Amino acid sequence: MSAAGGRDAILGSIRRSLGRGPLDEAARAVLDERMAKPQPNLVPARTDIDQDEKVALFTSMAEAVFATVDRVSGPEAVPGAVADYLAQHNLPPALVMAPDPGLDAYPWADRPMLAIRRGRAEEADRVGVTGAVMGFAETGTLMMTSGPDHPSTLNFLPETHIVVLPAERIGGAYEEGWAHLRAEAGSDSDGGFMPRTVNLVTGPSRTADIEQTIALGAHGPRRLHILIVEGGES
Amino acid sequence: MPRAMEATSRTFVANARAGLQDADLQTSLARFQGGFQVKRVEAAKRLPEFEALRDEARAIKDHTLAHLDHYLERYEAQVTAAGGTVHWCQTPEDARQVILGLCQEAGAKTVTKSKSMIAEEMELNPFLEEHGIEPVETDLGEYVVQLADERPSHIIAPAVHKTRDQVADLFHEKHTPLGRTRRLERVEELVEEAREVLRPRYLAADVGITGANFLIAETGSSTIVTNEGNGDLTQILPRAHIVIATLEKVVPTLEDATTIMRVLARSATGQEFSTYTTVSTGPRRPDDADGPEAYHVVLLDNGRSRMLGSEFREVLRCIKCGACMNHCPVYGTVGGHAYGWVYPGPVGAVLTPNLIGLEEARHLPNASSFCGRCEEVCPMRIPLPGLMRKLREQEFERRLNPAAIRTGIGAWAWLVRRPALYRCLTGLGIRVLGAMGRRRGRFTKLPLASGWTAARDLPAPEGATFHALWRKGGRA
Repeated sequence: MSAAGGRDAILGSIRRSLGRGPLDEAARAVLDERMAKPQPNLVPARTDIDQDEKVALFTSMAEAVFATVDRVSGPEAVPGAVADYLAQHNLPPALVMAPDPGLDAYPWADRPMLAIRRGRAEEADRVGVTGAVMGFAETGTLMMTSGPDHPSTLNFLPETHIVVLPAERIGGAYEEGWAHLRAEAGSDSDGGFMPRTVNLVTGPSRTADIEQTIALGAHGPRRLHILIVEGGES
Repeated sequence: MPRAMEATSRTFVANARAGLQDADLQTSLARFQGGFQVKRVEAAKRLPEFEALRDEARAIKDHTLAHLDHYLERYEAQVTAAGGTVHWCQTPEDARQVILGLCQEAGAKTVTKSKSMIAEEMELNPFLEEHGIEPVETDLGEYVVQLADERPSHIIAPAVHKTRDQVADLFHEKHTPLGRTRRLERVEELVEEAREVLRPRYLAADVGITGANFLIAETGSSTIVTNEGNGDLTQILPRAHIVIATLEKVVPTLEDATTIMRVLARSATGQEFSTYTTVSTGPRRPDDADGPEAYHVVLLDNGRSRMLGSEFREVLRCIKCGACMNHCPVYGTVGGHAYGWVYPGPVGAVLTPNLIGLEEARHLPNASSFCGRCEEVCPMRIPLPGLMRKLREQEFERRLNPAAIRTGIGAWAWLVRRPALYRCLTGLGIRVLGAMGRRRGRFTKLPLASGWTAARDLPAPEGATFHALWRKGGRA
C-alpha cells in the first residue's frame, strides 16, 4: 500500500462512515475559521485573581507536586540564591545554563565560584539553569519553549533543574501561554507559530508504577527548583 | 501471560479463573483501585468546573469526529509545513512496514519507546526484534513488562499486576548480567536502578518512538503527557522521532486539547496535571542545539474509520485515561490480562470486539455487572454499559453464544412478555423456595444456581416477590 493510497482509502472510509462526500467550501470555511481564530473554552475560575494571589497559588500548587520555590527580592539576588541552593544540596558549584539572553541580566560574575557553561545539556551535567516563558498559577506549571536560547535537553537530562522566573511572568491559565506564542509570531502565522517543542512542566519527574508508591526522579530531574524574581523584568 | 501475537480473549472465562487464583495478582489488585478512586474524587472536588469541562470535552470530540476528514487533512498540511511527514496506514501491517523503513533509513540498531497502546496494537516490539532492531521501553511500568516478556495489564499503569517483590526479583535476574548483583528492596532503589540502566539506552538510541495523546490540527503538533519524562528523553535525544497515533486523536486547536487535558490527569491518577505535557511540532529548527533531525507521524486507522459509521462511534471519544478500569469491579477482580488483548476493562470490552471481531471477544461485553461506574467516571461520558449491551445483542442475533444460553434467554424473554403468567410463576416459585429453605434459612446447593452456590450460600426468600410488595404499596 503506497502512502497516497492509504490516505485516499482512509479519507474515503471516513466520509462513507459520515455518510457524505468531501465538505463543501462553506462548511470548510467555518472549520478553518475555528482554527484561525481559536477561542478558549471554559477556563476554570480558579485563576480569576490578582497578580499577588497568582504568585501565591503558583507557589502552593508547585510545592504540592514536590517542586521547591524560593522568592528573591531582585535580579541581583539570583546568583547568590542559586549558589546557596547548590551548597544546601551538596551539589558541585558547576552548572550548564541556557544561552538565553534574559539570563545575562543576572550578575553571575558576583559568584566567581560558580562554573557556568552555556549551551545544551550533556550526559555529565548535573545541574541545569534555565528561564521559562511563563508560569501558570492554575497548577503550578512552567512553560518552556525550545530554541537557540533554550535547548530542551536542559529540562530533562540534569538531575537538578533550576528555573529562574520573573514574578510578572506568572499568569493564570494555560490558554494564556498559547495566546502568548501566537502573539509573538504575529497575526499571519497561519498556525506556524509553534517552536519545535513546548514543555509544560509541573514538578520534578515522578513515577508510581511500582505499587502506586510515588518516587521522584524516574528519568527526568529529581529536583525542580523555581526561583521567583521580584522587582520587575531585568 | 506470555506475549503472543494471538489474542486470548476467547478464553476469557479461563483467564479470569486463573487471575482469581493468582495470589500476587490479587494482592496487587486489592491495593490499586482504592487509591485511584479516592484521588480522582478529590481532584474533581477541587475543580468546581469539572463536570462542565467533561461536557465540553465530549462536545469537542463529537465535533471533531463529525468533521474528522477535514481536521486530519489540515493536520497533515501543518505537519508538512513544519518539515515533518504523515504516513497514512490502514492496517497494523502497513504501519509496521513504514516504521521499519524509517528505522532502516536512520540506520537504527536500538529504538527507545515511550508508552503507546497503538504500538501494542501493532505488536511492534516483536516485529522490530525480528528485523534486528532492539526496542527499549522507557516508561518504568512498560520496562518492567518488557523485561518480564508480558503485556501491559492496564493502559496507564502497565505493571499494576506486579508486586514490588516481583519487580525486585525481575530486576535482580535481568540486571545481574549488567553487574548489578544486589537484590533491591525499596521502590526508590528500584526506580533508581531503572534510571541508571536506561539512561545510556536513551543516549545511544537512533530512533525514538512515542505515542500521542492529542494531534492538533491547527498547528500540526503532537502532544504527549507523562510523569517520568521518559517520553521527552525518547524524542529529543535520537536522530529521528516517530509518532504513532490513531485517527481519532486529532482535535482542532491547542485550546481544545487544553480543555480535554483538564479532565485527563484528574480522571486517570487524580493529579491536577501530569508532570510533563509536551507539544512537538516538526523536527529541530535550523538554529536549535538539540532535538530530532527527522519527524514522522504514523497515522493508523485499523478499523476506526469504520467504527465512525457504526453505533459504536462514541467509544472513539476515549482519551485512554484508564478511569473505567480503575472503577470496574470485574477488572478489579480478574485483572487486565484476562481480557486477552491490548485494551482491558470496560473500554476494552467495547473496543476489542470492534477491532478484532466479536467472534474473538464475545465474552468481554458480558464481563460486566452493568453497575454503571465506568460511565459515571468516564471523562468523555462514553455510555460504556449501553455499548456493551449492543454487543450482547449482536452476540445473540449472530448466534455466537451457546445453544443452552440462547434457549434460556429465549424462554426468559417469552415469559417476561406475559406479565400475568410471570407474576404467577414467580409468586409460586418464591413460595416453594421459601418453604424449602425455611428450616435453614439458606441454600448451599440449588439446581441451575451452582454459579452462585459454589462460592456462597443463597439466602432463602422470605415473604412475597418485589412485584407483589410494590403493588401492595409497601414501597418504603
